[in-house]
Amino acid sequence: MPAEPGAGRAETLRALLPALALAAMLALIVYLQPRAMSYNGMRLLLNFSLPLIFAALAQLCVIAASDIDLGLGAFIGLVNSLSALLLATRPLLGALAMLACVLAYAGMGAFIAVRRLPSIVVTLGASFVWLGLALLVLPTPGGSAPEWLAALVRLKPPLLPLPVVFAIALAAFGHWFFMRSSYGVVLRGIGGAPQAVARAGWSLLAGRAALYGLAGVFGCLAGLLLTGLNTTGDANFGAPYTLLSIAAVIVGGGEFTGGIVAPVGAVLGAFIMLLTGSLLSFMDVSTDWQLSVQGAILIVVLGTRALQRQAAA
Amino acid sequence: MPDDGTIEPLIRLRGIGKRFGAVRALDAVDLDIAPGERLGIVGHNGAGKSTLMQVLAGTLTADAGSIAIAGAVPRGYDVRRAHALGIGCVFQELSLCPNLRVFETVRILHHGLRGFGWPRRARRLIGAALDAIFPGHAIGTDATIGALPIGQRQMVEIARIFTETDRALRLVILDEPTSSLGARAAEQLLDFIRQAAARGIACLFVSHRLQEVLSHTDRVVVMRDGQVVADAPAAGLTRARLVAHMGMTGGETARGEMAQAASARPLRVDLALPGGALRAHAGEVIGLAGLDGHGQRDALLRIFAGQHGRAAYVSGDRPREGVFPLWSVARNLTVGLLGRLAHAGFLRPAEERALADAWRSRIGIRTPDVAQPILSLSGGNQQKVLIARAVAGTADILLLDDPMRGVDVGTKRDLFAAVRAEAAEGRCVLLYTTETAELEHCDRTYVFYRGAITAEIARETLSEERVLRASFADAG
Repeated sequence: MPAEPGAGRAETLRALLPALALAAMLALIVYLQPRAMSYNGMRLLLNFSLPLIFAALAQLCVIAASDIDLGLGAFIGLVNSLSALLLATRPLLGALAMLACVLAYAGMGAFIAVRRLPSIVVTLGASFVWLGLALLVLPTPGGSAPEWLAALVRLKPPLLPLPVVFAIALAAFGHWFFMRSSYGVVLRGIGGAPQAVARAGWSLLAGRAALYGLAGVFGCLAGLLLTGLNTTGDANFGAPYTLLSIAAVIVGGGEFTGGIVAPVGAVLGAFIMLLTGSLLSFMDVSTDWQLSVQGAILIVVLGTRALQRQAAA
Repeated sequence: MPDDGTIEPLIRLRGIGKRFGAVRALDAVDLDIAPGERLGIVGHNGAGKSTLMQVLAGTLTADAGSIAIAGAVPRGYDVRRAHALGIGCVFQELSLCPNLRVFETVRILHHGLRGFGWPRRARRLIGAALDAIFPGHAIGTDATIGALPIGQRQMVEIARIFTETDRALRLVILDEPTSSLGARAAEQLLDFIRQAAARGIACLFVSHRLQEVLSHTDRVVVMRDGQVVADAPAAGLTRARLVAHMGMTGGETARGEMAQAASARPLRVDLALPGGALRAHAGEVIGLAGLDGHGQRDALLRIFAGQHGRAAYVSGDRPREGVFPLWSVARNLTVGLLGRLAHAGFLRPAEERALADAWRSRIGIRTPDVAQPILSLSGGNQQKVLIARAVAGTADILLLDDPMRGVDVGTKRDLFAAVRAEAAEGRCVLLYTTETAELEHCDRTYVFYRGAITAEIARETLSEERVLRASFADAG
């Protein structure tokens, strides 16, 4: 096989950067708080990242189509509310509600494809629908997590704590599906040049519906894990996940446009975003600063990439 | 069954018609392609070549007529049918996804390329095709498309079409394939097409490089105004004959009613280009002609950059470069003059409106009220607003970049009258157009070919044939 040209180096760097950044953050945390290195330490540190890992994957599905989902947080809040209200008491109805949520997401993707609407508008509009529905079913925080769900997030697998196991599994699945599977190539192609994919006889409608449907599945799982962790429902619990999931995808090596995504990186990005809070508290800085730090990381990443592109041009 | 006892053609098109709104892109086209035949299609911009390619490739559906492939009329002909029947097309604009790797683009083309080990098969397919067509190409099968230079991207796209998985390739359609290839790669491709034809793969070859078409095809079809006007073996044709076929229009000329421009007027533009200098005087209307994308726009942009605010640029790409879609006619017109209209940072609505009204009557913008939204106007009237915006300023050079795109005939006449009136006021107008008929309104016309000026034609001696000949002045 002919040797790969130099452009490959930039890509390798892009893939390695989130891993290096996460390693540096973990090193700093362990330096400040050596007990964090233990099984239980890691578990405590990372357990609340579970919904974010799934949210990041959901966002990645949408960003793979060069779209963006501004309603993901509200959607996670809706799933959180529905599952807390229904799953423990009326499991069948709860399961149907989850299915309806996924279908609604796939339908949203189809709608965006058919009407050629900007996803930013549709998902922003949808976010109010999700929030409204969540408040309708659960006007005040309440409900309860079904026992199996609460038990799931308390699970202590051998060797690696649960969030790490989930992260590895999810990163592996995401990488296989988007980067290795034959349909994943087509889906990323839609984000790169929809016209080219359509000219090869693929349905853009089916592609977008599949991507949004998958985003709906991951969004649902994120909402369920949130229910398991909090053992209660709240329409507003999901709100931070919109921006955090976008940041995780971008920090992980994805681009806002062009169908450039990195599933492994997105999972690492989710950890990076979450660990900012722990890092600040270990450094005795008020966690009020967490949002600012998260924003700064995003700006630094995007700024560095812009400089890289300038240097390459 | 063949009805005349000869070999059954691979492709048989009968009465193919296609309309885009009021434009008739294809008008009752009949065309046969034999297996293993190399067919060239030539014609001026807008002659219908690309539309015909797209109908054959299945990306456009014809409004009328029938397509028979190897004697059978496929039902619901589309891209996937075309692909399954062994028809592949390399489109004029690159159609690869820049975010994918070389072997992944093969997968996009072949729906059957999936399941365990597909990347390995895809790498082998594209690697072999690249090696066969462009020996010594140095393209890695794992390289990202977006990181490749444009010539290599074109090579990947061509090689991709020649990959075969579940069906045998029967016809390859190449729309201007050599335009972004280097000389060596172009030669390699043309050689490969000859070998492929010997193996029975037909090739439909669209190119503006007439010499290339003549020496590398068996038969040449000339298109004009959506029709096939000539169909002859390449062996008996010459470039001059082709050009004559392409340009024989019965188009009547409406020249002569306009005043001659005195070349004694001050020189406004003097741009050195390969093949000669582009000069324009005050009061002149100068045409820039030739095939699309041969350096005319670059020349306009260079003049614009060199004139430091004394030139105004009006693009025919209204939605993208000209119109503020949510604003009124008046706002769209005055936005270029805000510096002059402002009083201590504030605008006076009455003054804005008066100015817009004055231009409405001067340039003939057809709207009951300048407060109407700009999108309520027709394309041609929007263009008038943009021209008014440009000339209402202090610019004395007006650069018009294909301004008549999508403008109806009547409005075109109004627009040219307006342009003429501005020239009479002492402005100098440079007009880039791909429609030869519009050059009738220019005092002089420069014809471009590959970034160089190949002819300077005065209005008295302007003819479509002269423009065409200069447009195809390749060295071959």
